[in-house]
Amino acid sequence: MITTSGRHVVLAVVGSVVLAFVLFLASGANPFEAMGLLVQGSIGSPRQLSTTLLVWIPLTLAAASLVITFSAGLWNIGVEGQIVLGAIGATWVARSVGGPGWAVIPLAMIVAVVAGSLWAMLAGVLKLYGGVNEIFGGLGLDFVATGFATYLIIGPWKRDGIASTSGTELFREDVWLPTIGGENVSWVALTLVVLAVIAVVLLMSGTSFGLKLKAVGTNLHSATRLGIPANRYLLVAFALGGSLAGLAGSTQVLGFTHKLVPSVSGGFGFLGILVVLLAGFRPILVAPIAFFFAAITVGTTFLELRIGVDSSVGGVLQGLLVLFVLLSGGWLRRRQAMAGTVPPEPAVPTPSGEVSADPAPAAGGV
Amino acid sequence: MLELTGIHKHYGPVRAVDGITLNVEGGSIHGVLGENGAGKSTLMKVLAGFITADSGLISLDGQNLPLGSTRLSLQSGVGLLHQDPLHCLPLPVLDNFMLGRPESFIVDRGAARVELLELAGRFGFTLDPEAPVRTLTVGERQQLEIIRLLSLGVRVLILDEPTTAISATQRERLFATLRTLASEGMTVLFVSHKLEEVAEICDRVSVLRHGQLIGSAELPTRPEELVEMMFGAMVSPVGRLEVPQGEPVLEVESVSVRHRLVTVEDLSLTVHASEVVGVAGLEGSGQQSLLRVAVGQTVPDSGSVRVGGHDVTGRGYRRHLAHGVHYLPADRLGEGLVEGLTIKEHFALAGDDEQGFILDWDRAARSATDKIGEFSVKGSLQSTPESLSGGNQQRLLLAMMPPEISLLVMEHPTRGLDIESADLVWTKLLARRDQGTAILFASADLDELLRYSDRIVVFFAGRVIAQLDAAGTDGEEIGHLIGGRAKT
Repeated sequence: MITTSGRHVVLAVVGSVVLAFVLFLASGANPFEAMGLLVQGSIGSPRQLSTTLLVWIPLTLAAASLVITFSAGLWNIGVEGQIVLGAIGATWVARSVGGPGWAVIPLAMIVAVVAGSLWAMLAGVLKLYGGVNEIFGGLGLDFVATGFATYLIIGPWKRDGIASTSGTELFREDVWLPTIGGENVSWVALTLVVLAVIAVVLLMSGTSFGLKLKAVGTNLHSATRLGIPANRYLLVAFALGGSLAGLAGSTQVLGFTHKLVPSVSGGFGFLGILVVLLAGFRPILVAPIAFFFAAITVGTTFLELRIGVDSSVGGVLQGLLVLFVLLSGGWLRRRQAMAGTVPPEPAVPTPSGEVSADPAPAAGGV
Repeated sequence: MLELTGIHKHYGPVRAVDGITLNVEGGSIHGVLGENGAGKSTLMKVLAGFITADSGLISLDGQNLPLGSTRLSLQSGVGLLHQDPLHCLPLPVLDNFMLGRPESFIVDRGAARVELLELAGRFGFTLDPEAPVRTLTVGERQQLEIIRLLSLGVRVLILDEPTTAISATQRERLFATLRTLASEGMTVLFVSHKLEEVAEICDRVSVLRHGQLIGSAELPTRPEELVEMMFGAMVSPVGRLEVPQGEPVLEVESVSVRHRLVTVEDLSLTVHASEVVGVAGLEGSGQQSLLRVAVGQTVPDSGSVRVGGHDVTGRGYRRHLAHGVHYLPADRLGEGLVEGLTIKEHFALAGDDEQGFILDWDRAARSATDKIGEFSVKGSLQSTPESLSGGNQQRLLLAMMPPEISLLVMEHPTRGLDIESADLVWTKLLARRDQGTAILFASADLDELLRYSDRIVVFFAGRVIAQLDAAGTDGEEIGHLIGGRAKT
């Protein structure tokens, strides 16, 4: 597992700021002006801050979801699909259930959470009982989910007389999430995100479930020897991760697009992986780092409007930052290995006999 | 003449190879014998350039060999045949045969094919050049690897446990090939823990133990001499405290099981409360199967297993745990402890019965502090197991044992430990025994078996060939039995 120490996060931030300067210079902008605009564009006004928070909400939920599955040692890249399923579930309720908004909204969210959770567990079942690596299962299910959403939009849920991928009919306004003042960000979504992050932090640091999940994720053999039912824990990790992703799907459609669109997941499932890597899998760091990423995403859009630097520079910056953190971590480890304090790979030569080469015990856990 | 001088290889506190000096005559088959963890594999990997030694020299016919590069070792004529040869499985035999040659960019498949068939024909191997390697048996893959190494001009051929996964016919073919090669001047190093094979094929044998060269002998020699070198000095048993034994705790009845090419037939064994049963035998004689069946890691093909009177046959590891079985594996870091989690976190995990859903970190810290004090684990609450020495890892595992254990199953409880740690481990284990815990342990250390067991079970080739009262036997008798022969 990758861990990040404070020292090399600082190193990485400095490195990527320097690179950002070079990037801006290369695109013909004044780096200082560009940096200023980046800040102004992301948090410079209530409107900008509200836009940044709109990105922060799904990104934080996606990253919190990933913290759980990564801790369990799962390379879960199915969050995109789980967000889409959540969005579909919420849309279904919003379209088909009558009644007051205060009753429909929570119902839509619950259905979204269940849908995301089941979709994630499907990847888990494929892995544990079908022998499909979660990377491929997750990726496949991402495509299936997006395809399903598109089918619904141009098929059963198409607008009257028009079949267009621009989305379904807008929901009736009383199932829109209530917003803060005149801005477009919803206090309901913000509250839920804060609660979700707190819950994940507590779950991973203060409960026996979180500790056992970490043990399963770090050393399946030892965890099984300690009597932990590994398969059950892995499935629950998928389910919990999926429920947060499903929640993100519901806040997207109820609080932002107000209809189902094919691109509802917005790449947050993948960007979330970068956030979690940068956080070194520590849940406490997820919210601030996700905010930083959201600010870069929104700020660079502003940059494009003001000085014509393409907003794709935001993605480049985010990617470089993560690469720098991983690189400085790897470099530090390598240097320690060279100095002989930490062996580069196996700490102890594994005996060549029967004992060390046991087959993975995961099959018998549930 | 192959000369190894003063080879050292340490991993932190573990001395895998501890100053080995060894000369091997050209044109001979030289056996390297030792139990698991004796340092055989590490030494051979140093020789073949897979591992860089901390210090030492290797020379072949008076010329120093480059160290730490498999490519350069191969070019100098040293080739290692792995137990499970490293091939590119989807590629055909011919492509694998051509791998690793210092050749021009354009490959001459035609010429290579001719060479392959010619070499294979010489040794009576039948290899289809176009068959994907994944369709070959392990024995055939070894044959392919041998002729590949020969085509690269190898003068020293190292075989690491080559007979583990091959059939009897393939073994005969392999041995015939090795004899031919040796008679043509090849230096063959034959690494094994199987006495009878070494006796069958080698001209000379060197025995390693704890990373050191214990001695060398011309063959043939008396097997007990080799057993003694492998397992250590045979001391007479020390006076033991008679503890009255209780009810049967583990009852294994007529169990047959197949695990890792070792078939165990009709195994019956009963272990009572407050009894210590030691399991002896050469590695891979079936001891592992017994231990795995006892803890529910392997489901027997037939027969029954009862723990504390409950039938747990085929009920799985967790059910065994629920009946008070506890298992301490040989691979402490790989199967017992969790790298990256602190000692405090380990106690929070292990003290699970007391910990609810919400973790009480203060309690975990208190019990960790108490226990690491009691078991003198040299580490702090924040230490991670990978930073501990082998002895401290084992003490930590002992400290994490639940308070109530009816049956404790262990593999090599003191392997790799210094005397002080080993003594402490057994003091703690015997204290458990006095409280009524039944102990079943496998060990490659005759001294340990004799000193602490009430009864010793000896495995040979998948069968229990003797169950001895430890007080009425000695190292010589057990040594004979381990080698497959009753005392004459």
